[in-house]
Amino acid sequence: MSDNTVIDERINSKYEAGFITDVEMQTFDPGLNENVIRKISAKKNEPEFMLEWRLDAYRQWLEMERPAWAQVNYPEIDFDSIAYYSSPKSQEDAPKSLAEVDPELLRTYEKLGIPLHEQEALAGVAVDIVFDSVSIITTFKEKLAESGVIFCSLSEAVIEHPELIKKYLGSVVPVNDNFYAALNCAVFSDGSFVYIPKGVKCPMELSTYFRINEMNTGQFERTLIIADEGSYVSYLEGCTAPSRDENQLHGAVVELVALKGAQIKYSTVQNWYPGDENGKGGIYNFVTKRGICHDDAKVSWTQVETGSAITWKYPSVVLLGDNSVGEFYSVALTRNAQQADTGTKMIHLGRNTRSTIISKGISAGKGSNSYRGLVSISPKAEGARNFTQCDSLLIGDKCAANTFPYIVSKNPSAIVEHEATTSKVSDDQLFLCQQRGIDPEKAVSMIVNGFCKSVFKELPMEFAMEAGKLLEVSLEGSVG
Amino acid sequence: MLNIKNLKANVDGKEILKGLNIDVKPGEVHAIMGPNGSGKSTLSNVLAGRDKYEATAGTITFGGKDLLALEPEDRAREGIFLAFQYPVEIPGVSNLEFLKTSLECLHAYQNKPLLSAVEFLKLAREKCKLVDLHTDFLKRGVNEGFSGGEKKRNEIMQMLMLEPKLCLLDETDSGLDIDALKVVADGINTLRSPDRAFILITHYQRLLDYVQPDFVHVLSDGQIVKSGGSELALELEDKGYSWLESGTEQSANPLKV
Repeated sequence: MSDNTVIDERINSKYEAGFITDVEMQTFDPGLNENVIRKISAKKNEPEFMLEWRLDAYRQWLEMERPAWAQVNYPEIDFDSIAYYSSPKSQEDAPKSLAEVDPELLRTYEKLGIPLHEQEALAGVAVDIVFDSVSIITTFKEKLAESGVIFCSLSEAVIEHPELIKKYLGSVVPVNDNFYAALNCAVFSDGSFVYIPKGVKCPMELSTYFRINEMNTGQFERTLIIADEGSYVSYLEGCTAPSRDENQLHGAVVELVALKGAQIKYSTVQNWYPGDENGKGGIYNFVTKRGICHDDAKVSWTQVETGSAITWKYPSVVLLGDNSVGEFYSVALTRNAQQADTGTKMIHLGRNTRSTIISKGISAGKGSNSYRGLVSISPKAEGARNFTQCDSLLIGDKCAANTFPYIVSKNPSAIVEHEATTSKVSDDQLFLCQQRGIDPEKAVSMIVNGFCKSVFKELPMEFAMEAGKLLEVSLEGSVG
Repeated sequence: MLNIKNLKANVDGKEILKGLNIDVKPGEVHAIMGPNGSGKSTLSNVLAGRDKYEATAGTITFGGKDLLALEPEDRAREGIFLAFQYPVEIPGVSNLEFLKTSLECLHAYQNKPLLSAVEFLKLAREKCKLVDLHTDFLKRGVNEGFSGGEKKRNEIMQMLMLEPKLCLLDETDSGLDIDALKVVADGINTLRSPDRAFILITHYQRLLDYVQPDFVHVLSDGQIVKSGGSELALELEDKGYSWLESGTEQSANPLKV
């Protein structure tokens, strides 16, 4: 008899954000060609430079190959079976205020626990709401504008702030960076844009909530955050989608620019639909996230990844400037048939650059969880320093955890540390908890939360609790 | 308090307990001794409700309730405490958090008022002192990186915190140096009271030098073959177990090294 019979027996799934919103949608026919891209660009009344940029990306994408190196298995994606644009009809005339937004859409976010009315909203959090391909509304815009902060949809930024877009879009993640990033450049439909002026500490937490609703559509959004010299911003994104039997593609790009002395803290709570217990359905989450740090700047990524059938993302930091700092804190949970290949890249180019990587992978059921990370020290990165810690926690005996750390150091003065552990939630631990009066589900959540503690403490306070609860819901019934 | 009648139990399909009878009243201390493989640990695991230990016949009543019908956590909440032979580690979960969660679960079930954070911390610190553990240990992960002796002391510390009605100690004395053994014995003696009972499962006499049992039972091949007072333990120390197993007295004692 196996050691973990009890654990395995109780594995089942529960996804609370899996409902569908019934609103009239306007969705392009599936298929991808230059015409579709022209139509997306036209929908958004984009200037010519944007269309050219998209078409250039598309032509490059046609020549590129799907990456095959990740530790994930999935069938070939037919890119002509995906619809690349879908928007609620009611958004046609771009509502100016919440009063003009379709109440059915507002209800969707209420159900998800995200109140949008400013008086009810979480104190000090401004939200941009992206529903399928469009940004529905951005709250607290006026209040933020008082301190010069620009927080709006990317579509709006393309029209209102073309000089910033021209200068920074694609500056951190080049158009031809990788297959999915190139695809995003061609077909991206919306996303969030943030600009923090020199010396300004953004007065509120900023956040974007991404929701995929329509069937057979892909969501391709982009986020661009520019923190000017000496500024500070903390940004959080959340994501959910309905439970469907078909796989859906989410191919996002996030670019962060931290100019001299600026700090960007970027947190993600990713809870896309993970598929059912047999691995049917779920989101393919193929995302490119990267930040660039100029002198004395800092970019910090914190991610809690509990959703998606497949997660393929490596939030990275290019430490270009001297004394710049990159951080990556990650909790990735896979259960049932979920697969995650995630990690980070810390590219040390400047002198005395420092990076910290803390990765916690949790696998339950038949989940597969891989950490893949690169620490690269260039010859000029005198005095560079990295500390990496990768811990894996296994629940049950049918799951897998892998660690693929790559370290390339071309400077002898660099100090690079790597620590890794693998542990297991065992029947012995559960029995100890039960014998002390603690029921098994509470026990597992306690054990897992203990394991993740060092990452959760990096999340903004309002969300650290949320993340703990999300983990609890995700693990519900996964152990006995 | 605890009444075990004709208990038979299997582990992995093999019968280990073959008709065991014990009656434990509040205030009593019972020692169960016996050679390796006689079923001592099986008994403690069956009482605590461990998954792979299956009772196939007989009854166990505890405080008037059918113990075998209860989930392990509910047995704990009813007041059964098992001090483990091999306490496991739970990395990252502090002793404090673990104890607090445990105590809250027990108190909620027993309709007792919950302790405030301050009261709880004060209590935990007191108990630490009693088992000679530095209070810093409260912040460390459960048994994480503890020495064998510290783990056993931690079990006693938990027992002192949770104040169970029935304490089962499964070879808690094995592998302990004399100081740790005294700490364990002190913990037991501190908790001894007219409404609390103990079952000490042990291989050796030495714990019983510090904790005077009311009854000593000898378990052999899944049955109690002899019961007596504390003098029986001394006799076993002297003669070993084989005279009981074979029914003939024998002086060779494999326990004496």
